[in-house]
Amino acid sequence: MDQAAIVVWDPCKLQRFAACRLTWLDFQSPAVQYHRHPVSSMRKCSRCSKPATLHITELKDGDVHALHLCEACAQDYLSNVEAGQASDDPEELFKEHIENSIEDLHDVDQSSCPNCGITFKEFRSQGRLGCPQCYLAFENELLPLLENIHGETQHTGKLPQRAPEASRRQFELIKLRNRLRSAVDAESYEEAAKLRDEIQTLESALGEEGED
Amino acid sequence: MDLKSLTQTSGEWLRGTGPESDIVVSSRIRLARNLAQFPFLSRADDRVRTETEELLQGPISSLPIKGKVTYFDVNALEALDRQFLVERQLISRELAESHGSRGVGVGPEENISLMINEEDHLRLQVLRSGLALDDCWEEINRIDDALEEQVAFAFSEQLGYLTACPTNVGTGIRVSAMLHLPALALTKEIQKVFQAMQKMRLAVRGLYGEGSQAMGDFYQFSNQVTLGPSEQQLIDKLKEVIDGIIKYERRVRDELVVKNRQRLHDQVARAHGILSSAQTITSEETMHLLSSVRMGINLGLVDGLEIPTVNELFIQTQPAHLQKLRNEKLESSERNVARAAYIRKRLGDSSHEHN
Ligand SMILES: [Zn+2]
Ligand SMILES: [Zn+2]
Repeated sequence: MDQAAIVVWDPCKLQRFAACRLTWLDFQSPAVQYHRHPVSSMRKCSRCSKPATLHITELKDGDVHALHLCEACAQDYLSNVEAGQASDDPEELFKEHIENSIEDLHDVDQSSCPNCGITFKEFRSQGRLGCPQCYLAFENELLPLLENIHGETQHTGKLPQRAPEASRRQFELIKLRNRLRSAVDAESYEEAAKLRDEIQTLESALGEEGED
Repeated sequence: MDLKSLTQTSGEWLRGTGPESDIVVSSRIRLARNLAQFPFLSRADDRVRTETEELLQGPISSLPIKGKVTYFDVNALEALDRQFLVERQLISRELAESHGSRGVGVGPEENISLMINEEDHLRLQVLRSGLALDDCWEEINRIDDALEEQVAFAFSEQLGYLTACPTNVGTGIRVSAMLHLPALALTKEIQKVFQAMQKMRLAVRGLYGEGSQAMGDFYQFSNQVTLGPSEQQLIDKLKEVIDGIIKYERRVRDELVVKNRQRLHDQVARAHGILSSAQTITSEETMHLLSSVRMGINLGLVDGLEIPTVNELFIQTQPAHLQKLRNEKLESSERNVARAAYIRKRLGDSSHEHN
């Protein structure tokens, strides 16, 4: 029991709880699977030929079972994962959890961006956001998605030329901390010590500025 | 520069020079950018599309580069001309096939392409022959800086440059290199490369010509992650991986030459023979045979033929190019005849030059 967990993932939230198998359930919009986007390839439902929107990966005794289903077949599949089991049974727990997730997803689908008016459901079906403010409007839903796609949620690359000097330095700090982490990971301790000094200098400079 | 004059030339990136150019055909970096004050294109009506096009056209025509940027109004082009630009890799299929105000600015020698109103308001792209990712970055970064002096791009301190699709957010960068890997493909070792790439979150795509036919052992390697690492970190990672693949391909080529020189030489000579004499040939067969010949040149098994000629043939034997060259619409079977004639002429010309 201790080494395994069910992971139910959807764009809304990432949740884990203990059970005897590891499962990812991910709701993906067909447009995100468009071939130019390498997140996942276009798949057809394993039971009918409609495009699959649910991808279930089960890790059971070290074996990987992948299942790709359309919405209709997924409902059907989930309703079969039941019957006559005690409520503390992991399968039952799993089913309950998925039902909750689907309900949550329904609520989130109706939410919209106050700037451009796009609903989350529209985003899920096209895979394209409507405007820059969408990233704020759907922040709670998008951050887990970004984490899943990129493995990170903090930009450390280029900063626009016109960014104000203060945020430029804040950003420099984020970058240095990021480099420090890589240096420690790579066991380059000399480099790490140098970076730590740079960070301290910058931190105290920013601190003094804040006191003004 | 106009479409007519483009048919007489080829992109600088096809010239077959630059580091590792026997294996690395070209390097490319693109950046995705959006104007801060407008909705993304999925929510942009005709008025917004026209406005973003007009707003960007000025800045992209006054870039700090050598030579002039030529602007093509893609919305006003015929289907054949749009296809022609796709084959030259100056615009994406998406830009060719969408509708409404959109266009592309093309830099001198076709090394720069600036697409307006594709998936994002602006897609900048810099191409180079051979393995030259640092050069690509140096140039595209400079162009991006110059544009930022004139327009404000959508940016957040946490998420970086904001893009229409969350898969591009952050740096908005796609770093890629096109590699010719005939030996790894022949020995099926390429499968191992695919598996390794997947683990490292890098993408590999085959190159496709007409329809979905795979195009002679060319593979494009690129980053998938755009948020988190810096541009330089993403470039360095891809360079490191590509170095490994180049060594792998060379080792397998050397082994093939040692073990099967005669068979290899036979395969290459037959490919050259068919290309030099066929009377009708499909795009698919052309790609396949050109791939063999290209490897043969690099292994010293073909005389009197240069890599740039072969590189150019890959592009110029494609459907829209053949029709532009002949200045008429051609059906598929007519194209196969025109293609064979064109290849015979090019291979004949180049062997005469060397005799
Ligand atoms: Zn189905
Ligand atoms: Zn919005």
